[in-house]
Amino acid sequence: MKFLKYLFIIFFLFSFNYSKAENNNLQNKITKNLRCLICQGQSIYDSDSEFANSIKILVDQKINEGQTENQIYEYLKDKYGEWILYDPKFSKNTYFLWLLPILIFIIGGAILSKLFIIKKS
Amino acid sequence: MKTNFLSKILIVFFGVVFFIFYKGLNNSNIYVPKVNIDKNIPSFTAKIFNSSTKIKSEEIFNNNQFYLVNIWASWCIPCREEHSFLLDLSKNKNVIIIGINYKDKIQNAKFFLGEFKNPYKIIIRDTDGTISIDWGAYGVPETFLISNKKIIKRITGPINIDSFSEIKEIIQ
Repeated sequence: MKFLKYLFIIFFLFSFNYSKAENNNLQNKITKNLRCLICQGQSIYDSDSEFANSIKILVDQKINEGQTENQIYEYLKDKYGEWILYDPKFSKNTYFLWLLPILIFIIGGAILSKLFIIKKS
Repeated sequence: MKTNFLSKILIVFFGVVFFIFYKGLNNSNIYVPKVNIDKNIPSFTAKIFNSSTKIKSEEIFNNNQFYLVNIWASWCIPCREEHSFLLDLSKNKNVIIIGINYKDKIQNAKFFLGEFKNPYKIIIRDTDGTISIDWGAYGVPETFLISNKKIIKRITGPINIDSFSEIKEIIQ
């Protein structure tokens, strides 16, 4: 009976942690998508620099204020420019980046079909 | 026919690769943001250094006045380099210098100001770095020149003799 009681208390405590954990997941997701501007090749999530730590706190605050993921991205983009986001938007500077994989896919398809047709004939 | 086609594809592929590297290697890999010039200053509420009262940004900044916002910390070595320029500028009546004390212990900051003198008219405390993020700053030291509630110049890193004379020219 005592064992059951303890089990119940532990279960109760864990269920409390749930909302906190969800918050953390969102924070991790956002900070993994942000580039640490003063580090090299690290995300905000990975970095432990002063800059990254401040951004983590800020993202936490914004989540608690009830802002959505996109709102937080927009805010940071406004402050630091597009570069802080790992996922660049489609624009005149990035069209090459976005279209290249499609181009390679089409060329690859052309090669394959060419080989296939030649083999068949 | 087959090898001909493949070699053409290869040539095109290496051409594209060469083009990308040729363009990419010429670019500077030091990122300098273009944003934040001619932007409105952020609004914030912060604790004043050495007291428990809070101040709003609207109470600090007025129109028709130049402000120099300087982010500093006692643990930051380049801040000591630029301190003499700030002291020099604090004698100028056209500009008011506002300090943002970045992630600092109050005791150390007091010691710093005691040792090097205080050029700031108002100092606000930024204990977790979020106010600096609001300004779009990277760290310490960083300086913003403000006119009519807009950022007109931004210096990342310590003020040197060039940026010092540029600031002087603007506020004349």
